[in-house]
Amino acid sequence: MRPAHFLAASFFLAVATSPAIADANGMMLAQSCAGCHGQDGAGQGAVPDIRGYDREAFMRIWEGFRTDERPATIMNRIAPGFTEAEVAALADYFSSLE
Amino acid sequence: MTHLTRRAFGALLGAGAATLAAPGLLRAQTSGRLVIIGGGFGGASAARFARIHYPDVDVTLVEPQTSFVTCPYGNLILGGKRQLGDISHSYDGLRARGAEVIHDRATEIDAEGHRVALAGGQVLDYDKLIVSPGIGLRWNAIEGYDEAASEVFPHAWWGGDGSQITLLRAQLEALPEGGIVGLAIPDNPFRCPPGPYERISMIAHHLKQANPTAKILAFDAKEGFSKQGLFQDAWEELYGDMIEWVPGNADGRIVRVDVENKLFISEFGEEHRVDVGNVIPPQYAASIVRDAGLANDTGWVPVDSRSFEAAAARDIHVIGDANIAPPMPKSGYVANSTAKTAVTAALADMTGRPAWDDPVYFNTCYSHAGDNYAFSVAAVFRATDDGFANTPDSGGVSPRGPLSELARTRRLEARYADAWYDSITADMFS
Ligand SMILES: Cc1cc2nc3c(=O)[nH]c(=O)nc-3n(C[C@H](O)[C@H](O)[C@H](O)COP(=O)(O)OP(=O)(O)OC[C@H]3O[C@@H](n4cnc5c(N)ncnc54)[C@H](O)[C@@H]3O)c2cc1C
Repeated sequence: MRPAHFLAASFFLAVATSPAIADANGMMLAQSCAGCHGQDGAGQGAVPDIRGYDREAFMRIWEGFRTDERPATIMNRIAPGFTEAEVAALADYFSSLE
Repeated sequence: MTHLTRRAFGALLGAGAATLAAPGLLRAQTSGRLVIIGGGFGGASAARFARIHYPDVDVTLVEPQTSFVTCPYGNLILGGKRQLGDISHSYDGLRARGAEVIHDRATEIDAEGHRVALAGGQVLDYDKLIVSPGIGLRWNAIEGYDEAASEVFPHAWWGGDGSQITLLRAQLEALPEGGIVGLAIPDNPFRCPPGPYERISMIAHHLKQANPTAKILAFDAKEGFSKQGLFQDAWEELYGDMIEWVPGNADGRIVRVDVENKLFISEFGEEHRVDVGNVIPPQYAASIVRDAGLANDTGWVPVDSRSFEAAAARDIHVIGDANIAPPMPKSGYVANSTAKTAVTAALADMTGRPAWDDPVYFNTCYSHAGDNYAFSVAAVFRATDDGFANTPDSGGVSPRGPLSELARTRRLEARYADAWYDSITADMFS
């Protein structure tokens, strides 16, 4: 499976023409997640698979973590560290993975 | 690829360097050579990321060990929860991705000539160099603690060939009944701020079963440490009075060791006899970057916060423990996270693809304190014009509280820690 690679390539192409995307780079941001959530968000052991997550649901759940309304061990500490644009870029990225 | 063709290829690139100024189309067809020194958390992550995302770039990784033994989860060997094989990783996965892996030691960097000399005599030309060689131990900074002394009082603070952690484990198994395990812990900055305290916990975990009247004396040069409240709660809950932590202001700084008589000697001359001694000495960047003149007088390497290019040399990017990046900790996760940004920055000119202007760096460090008992610290960092910064109102440590209330959280974090280990090592070696 090479969706990340494919996306990476298309990201770079897109960026060349559209500077707006450059401020939140989903593929690069998602690298932070790979240390626990596995390759391309595929999940690892007890840590959930976040590939192909519905974009709106991803952002809603993230917001729940950010406001501490959704119970978590660690995501409630991580979520407030990312801007809205970054969360949207992450949601775009993970929702696009199979 | 043979040595000769490699060099000829390098010469070609030199001639082609002028095309860098040419329009994007031309640039996109130009492949170049990335050499990486050190196949640990920073270097292996960089090699894998570069092969996946920049398949047109030649990647050569130089690492003396044929199997990488991680420091993370090494403490679990002491606790009897893991074996050496569980924390050893082959470079076959990186080879399968097309990286050339050379098992040798880099002995010299010629920044001007863009060349790296290896102990075996080979010389590698590079367009961009990423260096992630980890730490060097300051032998004799604690008087009497040199490489020979580490065969008696192991440090077990680098993976190497696994012999240090194996030695410490064997010594713990042979500890006389009711014996004393001493640790000497350094001042900041050092590799893995919570590492010594996870180690204390895992040693206690082993002793509680194997030698319950034994004692752990942890001498610290500092007055406080990472996740201190969480660790001290766990020690009290799980190990009673087995562990005594002696801070710097209670004469905890060990300044001399006597391996013959098995003594730790403190700043104010107090002699402590130990049966097993684990000395974690003061550290600096590994010798390859210090010898190359990349470090400043702290012994660590100043770098640009967006590219990790060394302040002292163009086209050399230094990542991992060897660089200066507070408030980011010297952790495997930070080495992995920054490796990817460094690759993107290093290869931008060569490939015509943009660097990441607004990078986010990420860290989570889990610590195991006992069975089904772990906690974490997490942080999101950003580049600033003169360094790095925490992202406000984010990150932090697991909640404190009695085990009776937090058993589920501690158990979940222990499982997430295991998942972290598998994920991050896959992100380096698979
Ligand atoms: C007990 C302990 C527990 C830890 N637990 C955690 C944890 O849970 N989570 C976490 O994130 N971090 C943890 N760490 C920290 C982590 O191990 C380091 O931060 C990480 O290894 C740094 O990566 P690096 O690439 O800088 O160095 P390393 O991973 O040490 O890799 C450096 C590599 O470079 C090679 N090298 C050195 N010199 C040369 C040369 N001249 N030529 C060629 N190769 C060379 C070495 O052989 C080595 O393989 C722990 C550390 C310890 C000691």
